[in-house]
Amino acid sequence: MNQIPALIRVFAYLSLLTVGGGMAAFPEMKILTVDVHKWLTFPQLIHLYSVGQMAPGPNMMMIVSIGQWAGGILGAIAVLGAFFGPTAVLAFIVAKAWKKLEKWPWRTSIQRGLAPVAIGLMISGTYTIARLSVVDLPTLAIAVVVFGILTWRHVNPGILVLLGGAVYMLAMR
Amino acid sequence: MTDTAAKPAPQPGETTTKAAAVSIWEIFLEFLIIGATSFGGVVPYLRGSLVTKRHWIDDKEFVEMLSISQSLPGLNATNMAVLVGEKLRGVMGSIAGIIAICLPGGLLMFAVGIFYHHHGDHTFITAALKGVAAAAVGLILSTVVSLSKKSLSHNFDFVFMAATVIAVNRLHLGVPRTLIAVGILAILFHHPRKAQKESVKP
Repeated sequence: MNQIPALIRVFAYLSLLTVGGGMAAFPEMKILTVDVHKWLTFPQLIHLYSVGQMAPGPNMMMIVSIGQWAGGILGAIAVLGAFFGPTAVLAFIVAKAWKKLEKWPWRTSIQRGLAPVAIGLMISGTYTIARLSVVDLPTLAIAVVVFGILTWRHVNPGILVLLGGAVYMLAMR
Repeated sequence: MTDTAAKPAPQPGETTTKAAAVSIWEIFLEFLIIGATSFGGVVPYLRGSLVTKRHWIDDKEFVEMLSISQSLPGLNATNMAVLVGEKLRGVMGSIAGIIAICLPGGLLMFAVGIFYHHHGDHTFITAALKGVAAAAVGLILSTVVSLSKKSLSHNFDFVFMAATVIAVNRLHLGVPRTLIAVGILAILFHHPRKAQKESVKP
């Protein structure tokens, strides 16, 4: 399939934007996969992203579906390699370097300084997803109830997420 | 790094030394389980599995690795798999971790992609997906709260947190620029001489 070089190029580029979580790459992903390459429509991208929320594992596994649509099984594999390979190598190199710096006094400063920024980026991602998914009273109620239960009780979050889907489906009948 | 003794261990006497004896297969299997069960966001499952159940890393290391994961490009889940795999068994540990954590979700999304392509716009499917996404928002928020309690070492950290959110969502500075700007300020704030005087909350 002649889409494969383009898939590799696009997803390798997108992977470099996913600092602080997959959501950071979403706007660029829309432009490249929908507007430029027309591998899928914008509503389809949003749907796949939502399905990806339900799937276990890293939350951008929906890229596999895009790869599959554009280039079959080879497209899916190409997208996975392009999206996870380069960043995995980078993380590995940083992990090794970080260990050697154990005695370096700034190491603690970097960790303490980055903690609030990392949490801030998580909140930003949550906000972006929330704008797409908390759109009416039932969805707000689902989000609040799940948050409340998980803050005060130890429950498998997967069950709550699936229940959220079931509840909204029944509410909207 | 060696203060996991305070946490309840599944069996007595194997809290801190366990990391030395982890096999590639155990890493693969544990990350495969996380990859297959972590519905709605990987971070709480990673913590439950790696810190609480296996004691491969302690809570402080977990937060440090998570902050490295979030600072680098790449998803938290896969970066954590690489970092934890590397800590336990070097290159092979990293490869085992990342493949295992991606495999279940990847196969599922491969199948879902084909199914959705053919049976795309069913009303209930779309409705269910909206409920799922809303529940996921609640889940991520609860993770944010529990991580904040554990990893923020100073009240002023809330200012850096708020600055990050405002820069990304209001000023649309983009994640890399925000990370560099707010990150440098926060690191300078926690400079080494100051850090020595304080201790991180347990």
